[in-house]
Amino acid sequence: MDRVTTAPGGVRASARVLARCDGRGGTVLPVLEGEGPLAVRRTRGSGAEARVMLVGAMSGPLGGDHFTVGVHAERGARLRVGSAAATLALPGQDEAGARYDVRLTVDDDAELCWVPEQLISGGGSDLHVTTSVDLAAGARLLLREEQVLGRAGEEPGRLTSRLTVRIDGSCVLDQELACGPGAPGGWDGPAGLAGHRAVGQLVVVRPQFGDEPPAARVFEEGAAVMPLGGSAALVTAVAPDGLRLRRLLDAALATLD
Amino acid sequence: MSRAALLVLADGRFPAGGHAHSGGAEAAVRAGRVTDAASLEAFCRGRLHTSGVVAACVAAAAALGADPGDLDRAVDARTPSPALRAAGRRLGRQLMRAARATWPSPELDAVASLFPKGAHQPVVLGAAARAAGLGALDAAYCSLYEGVSGPATAVVRLLGLDPFDATGVLARLADDMDRVARDAVETAERVVSDGVGVLPARSAPLLEIGAEAHAARAVRLFAS
Repeated sequence: MDRVTTAPGGVRASARVLARCDGRGGTVLPVLEGEGPLAVRRTRGSGAEARVMLVGAMSGPLGGDHFTVGVHAERGARLRVGSAAATLALPGQDEAGARYDVRLTVDDDAELCWVPEQLISGGGSDLHVTTSVDLAAGARLLLREEQVLGRAGEEPGRLTSRLTVRIDGSCVLDQELACGPGAPGGWDGPAGLAGHRAVGQLVVVRPQFGDEPPAARVFEEGAAVMPLGGSAALVTAVAPDGLRLRRLLDAALATLD
Repeated sequence: MSRAALLVLADGRFPAGGHAHSGGAEAAVRAGRVTDAASLEAFCRGRLHTSGVVAACVAAAAALGADPGDLDRAVDARTPSPALRAAGRRLGRQLMRAARATWPSPELDAVASLFPKGAHQPVVLGAAARAAGLGALDAAYCSLYEGVSGPATAVVRLLGLDPFDATGVLARLADDMDRVARDAVETAERVVSDGVGVLPARSAPLLEIGAEAHAARAVRLFAS
């Protein structure tokens, strides 16, 4: 419902990664492209898995910037994408908001771990994030999203983040979180974040969950494991800070293994 | 269309089982997040602008005759908590029984037979509004009001809050409800032309987590 206008003066940058099974039990990366603030590096993998690191070569996104990341794991590929550091949203020189769009595609019998470091909503920033995931029926996924509202002791910026997951064409999760100054009323109240400054989600998709979904479970009243339709499960967590958020998400993930 | 039909549908005494649910308020009270009128207001405002917006758009779209199956799946995708999905279907089933008895209609019968275990409550609410001869704006208002009056009434029982204070909270939410209801009708019209992908997906993390914590509790006053 909210639209961000991207100023012509902002930086437009995109990164693309394509992972393919090499036929010998490994994964190759025929496409590994980034530009400007979105540099991508292949790092040492393990076994069949290729590893890619997003390296922030500039600060941002700043107001007016528009970043796009596209990752596709083809049939049989195993890919893990992380980031070298947290992403820090900052205000730009003008009033325009920034956009960060992530598109993930995972084919049958492929596995993608999308586990970037946290996104920090710096004071005065206005960032609109969309993460859109398309999975084949036999795809596997681990997706982690962590949002931290403000640096230590700082008022957060405005952050809107929408996460959409489709399996075999049908939408199993569509969620938007809006927080920070100017967000619709009550975002920090007892229904929303209640003063917590870190919020995160894990989406875990495994074909075997279709027959045996994980049981719903609550951790310390700050996190919940929730089976979704299809073969997906969601973990949602809130915590006072990024460190405790990570601990909660890790603990919840461990119960799914 | 009859304006009085709106009062019948929106009446808290309409026998649709809503009194057994607190809309997440009991979980918030037990967790110490709702303690007085001010925190109840913040709770209701947060609910109004998240799951409330989604429900109002769905109810309005159903009142305009959008496909109930598509709407129901869209609600599922926007409701990750299995406890909330189950509560929404239970409430939908109970509302369907009451609505079919009150405003018999072949369209309601068709929705009922499409969902033997119950469609999500806002889908049924919109279909009921349609059967009652009401419009999309009526359905949106009905959904929004129910979404905040349920928690307010529950908190009177849970905390012994002064009923005058709880009613004051609802009155202070009136402007927000007006705005959201108007937006919901615009969205609903786009759902009819462009499909359910245009529905909002606003979520409230502690409503979802709280609903699961509540479902796991052995002793509780309200079902959800």
